[in-house]
Amino acid sequence: MLGSVVSLLAVMLTGFFLFRILPGDPVRTMTQGRAVTVEQLAELRRQFGLDKPLPQQFLDYCLGLLRFDLGTSFQYRAPVAELIAERLWPTVLLVGTGTVIAAMLGLWLGTRAAWRRGSVTDRLSTGVALTLWSVPTFWLGLILIVVFAGGLGGVLPHLFPTGGMASPGVTGFLPGVLDVAHHMVLPVTTMVAVVYAQYLLIMRSSLLDEMGGDYLVTARAKGLRDALVLRRHAVPNALLPTVTLIFLNLGGVVAGAILVEAVFSWPGLGMLFYEALRVPDLPLVQGLFIFFSASVIFMNLLADLVYPLLDPRVRT
Amino acid sequence: MNYLEVQDLTVSYRTAAGELPAVRGVDLAVAPGSKVGIAGESGCGKSTVALALLRLLPASARMGGRILLDGEDVLTMRWGRLRAVRWAGASIVFQGAMHSLNAVHRIGDQIAEPILLHENATPAAAARRAGELLEQVGLPARRAAAYPHELSGGQRQRVMIAMALACGPRLIVADEPTTALDVMIQAQILRLIDQLVGEHGISMLMISHDLSVLADTCDRLAVMYAGRVVEEGPADQVFRSARHPYGAALGAAFPTIGDPASRRSPRGLPGDPPDPAAMPAGCAFGPRCPVAEPRCAETDPVLWPAGPDRAAACVRVLSDEQARGAGVPAGGAAPAEQVAAHPEKEGRTP
Amino acid sequence: MSAVEPPPAAAGGTGAGSEPPPGAGGPGPRALARQRRRRAAAAFWRAYAANPAGVAGLAGLLLFILVALSAPLFVDTADLSVTRAPGSPYQPPSAEYPLGTDNFGRSVLDLVVWGSRVSLTVGFLATLVSVALGALIGVVAGHFGGWTGTVLMRVTDWFLVLPTLVLAIALATVLDRSVFTVILAIGITAWPTTARLVRAQTLAVEARPYIERARALGGGHWHIMGRHVLPNVMPLVLAQTTLMVASSIIAESTLAFLGLGDPTTISWGGILQDARNAGAVSSGVWWYLLPPGLAIALVALAFTLCGRALEGVLNPRLRERR
Repeated sequence: MLGSVVSLLAVMLTGFFLFRILPGDPVRTMTQGRAVTVEQLAELRRQFGLDKPLPQQFLDYCLGLLRFDLGTSFQYRAPVAELIAERLWPTVLLVGTGTVIAAMLGLWLGTRAAWRRGSVTDRLSTGVALTLWSVPTFWLGLILIVVFAGGLGGVLPHLFPTGGMASPGVTGFLPGVLDVAHHMVLPVTTMVAVVYAQYLLIMRSSLLDEMGGDYLVTARAKGLRDALVLRRHAVPNALLPTVTLIFLNLGGVVAGAILVEAVFSWPGLGMLFYEALRVPDLPLVQGLFIFFSASVIFMNLLADLVYPLLDPRVRT
Repeated sequence: MNYLEVQDLTVSYRTAAGELPAVRGVDLAVAPGSKVGIAGESGCGKSTVALALLRLLPASARMGGRILLDGEDVLTMRWGRLRAVRWAGASIVFQGAMHSLNAVHRIGDQIAEPILLHENATPAAAARRAGELLEQVGLPARRAAAYPHELSGGQRQRVMIAMALACGPRLIVADEPTTALDVMIQAQILRLIDQLVGEHGISMLMISHDLSVLADTCDRLAVMYAGRVVEEGPADQVFRSARHPYGAALGAAFPTIGDPASRRSPRGLPGDPPDPAAMPAGCAFGPRCPVAEPRCAETDPVLWPAGPDRAAACVRVLSDEQARGAGVPAGGAAPAEQVAAHPEKEGRTP
Repeated sequence: MSAVEPPPAAAGGTGAGSEPPPGAGGPGPRALARQRRRRAAAAFWRAYAANPAGVAGLAGLLLFILVALSAPLFVDTADLSVTRAPGSPYQPPSAEYPLGTDNFGRSVLDLVVWGSRVSLTVGFLATLVSVALGALIGVVAGHFGGWTGTVLMRVTDWFLVLPTLVLAIALATVLDRSVFTVILAIGITAWPTTARLVRAQTLAVEARPYIERARALGGGHWHIMGRHVLPNVMPLVLAQTTLMVASSIIAESTLAFLGLGDPTTISWGGILQDARNAGAVSSGVWWYLLPPGLAIALVALAFTLCGRALEGVLNPRLRERR
């Protein structure tokens, strides 16, 4: 709990340092490559409060954060917090679906691989996982678009839309849901493909750690079938370290979301981040940096709360 | 008829270095209601024997010989039959109860698990039975809701015993049931086992490195060394006046409880048990034997009658008995390559 | 992670048992040490060669490095110029252009071969930065313990939790677009894993008796860390490094793809960004998109396989698992 608060403070500090101090002149960075007059620059500095002394800037920044005021976007001329709130739900939908599927797939395949260690299944699924793990997320997304949305330049039918979250002109609840689901197939596949591998590898190695456990000999001595020994005794124990690591690796999921959204033009936070980078819209990048970091810290806090439910040893 | 009869059991492990023998021809018999002990240092193969009884060894182990449980050979059983026999026909109290209980399940559920599996009981009936079993081992029934980490070492061992009794088996194998406990608790647990086994008329095979514990509890004793039984007989006789030098060393050792050094090697006996990959020629105990003779490096002795109802695998015993002219088969001294056969089957039955 | 036995390669040179056995007329101590090192290396190689995936990874790795080094021999940099491209735009693969041409008419094969130079260089240098940083922080945290150690580990944990790519992107955004920025951004964000590993190893090594001896003989902090701890920690760090090069190369391509790389150099991520901006995705010009991504994936896979094999050799407990 205290650790999370300290981490959040550190995120705030980093945010300030990264975007106000490191660039030297943030306004210069934002307007690079454009023709701007000295007066315009001064006006922008005044607008973003950059003309004040640094301690004053820092105080304003901290007070703003306390009121969830993340500043004003340079590009949209709108409050950053508002933009984030607007784009939050598409990301939650995409990341949530992707993570749940990836976790289930990874845990299931990891369990199977560990239980039959050294078998063809094990080698195959570990090999595929390692390969997908080595593939850059964005490239996999591009290839999926070329093959399944673009139909390889006309060779294949156009099975899925190339991007976005909904088609124009679709009305009604059920058609709307189906349309969004249709748009989600490729982005979710990309996310799952890249993320599930690490769950598989973690589950596999933590189950292999449990395999030598004496309590499994007890379970087998009781006359349980192998499948029950695995499901009822080995897996619940192996899940403990796995869950911790899954939460620890959420930062990776956030990164995956940014790339997937950028590639599939999914109108979420990742896409917003990508657009902000290209300007670069520093207040927006800073706001998203703080938001992403804070949500990962929050998820870790959540993991600390979930963990006791799984492990009775921590509960007491 | 013996409830458990082990005949010429061999176990070897396949490893990268080739096949390593862990058990090299062991014969054992446990009559209904009797208590038999197996003693020996760590690595002598006694725990391997315990696990082999219910075919619980890892896949890399290869077993030979016969293990007759109530007349049925465990080694050739079908999987379904084997699962039915496990725990219901013979159950095991494992060493180190901390790791033998599952940390994430309540102990009541763990005790009820085999009842549900083997007896078609309803969950409520199984839970009730688990509570009764806990009271039998001296724990309040409400402790069924506890997790293993909430109990002390002695309490966990009691839970293991309650679990072993769950399906009313006719044989309990106790594999170092008191090793991790301190002296007072050790005595309590031993008394508890003794009492429960007696009450239910259960046969018991107890395995320990501590000869004095076994002598207290068991009717008969077998001493194992390097994968073989080297001495066998009535418990107090083996304990007090062992005929095999290794049995004598074990008996004289009175290891300090809780001191790992004395567990690994009995006092007054230098060296380590032989590496299974490089067994010495002749008697496996020869290199460490305080009374070894030149012929010990040439002769691999087998179990030989060593007095009434006793047997020992030592050339000195053989020559003593020969000198006395008692029951020596034609052929004289044991041939070097003779494998432990079954000398005097009836002599080994309690 | 539990304590790990010192790997054979590191056992020579340091430690209590390094004095040569007395023997008149035998080879000198230097020669003996060399001999022992050679034997340790041979044993190491035998253990490594027992892992076919690791050998395949190593072979792939050497091939890629060879291609990157010899690229100037068969790629003419003039052909990589946008204005003087040799072919016509978007030609599918042919005998003349085995991987087709891009939107300017440049050979995609030439681009990918040339791009390997920047991608590999950045991957190696970024890893070097992060491993050096991580090893330094890990050894110091493990050696000094107490307040210093606690604070350093808290900082490490904090960095470990942060979404690495987001931080790297933020850094790359505010700094100038250059290869140096990319190296720095990846290096600064990727060190915490190494720091944790090195700290755990340091604690394990410092518990050994000969460290006590060195301390009793008056060895200072830096002497103990430099002469005794680091050499014993290095082998596992090497395995970690190999794994990290894979993720650094992926991170480099990601940053380049997001437009944060150096626009004046050719790297695999940069090629993919160019391809996307030129509309290769919607027009289905697969030969422009496929090769750079495959190259990234293969190099990353090769490094990962090598790293896992190394880890397996150095940490017997892991070998059991893999």
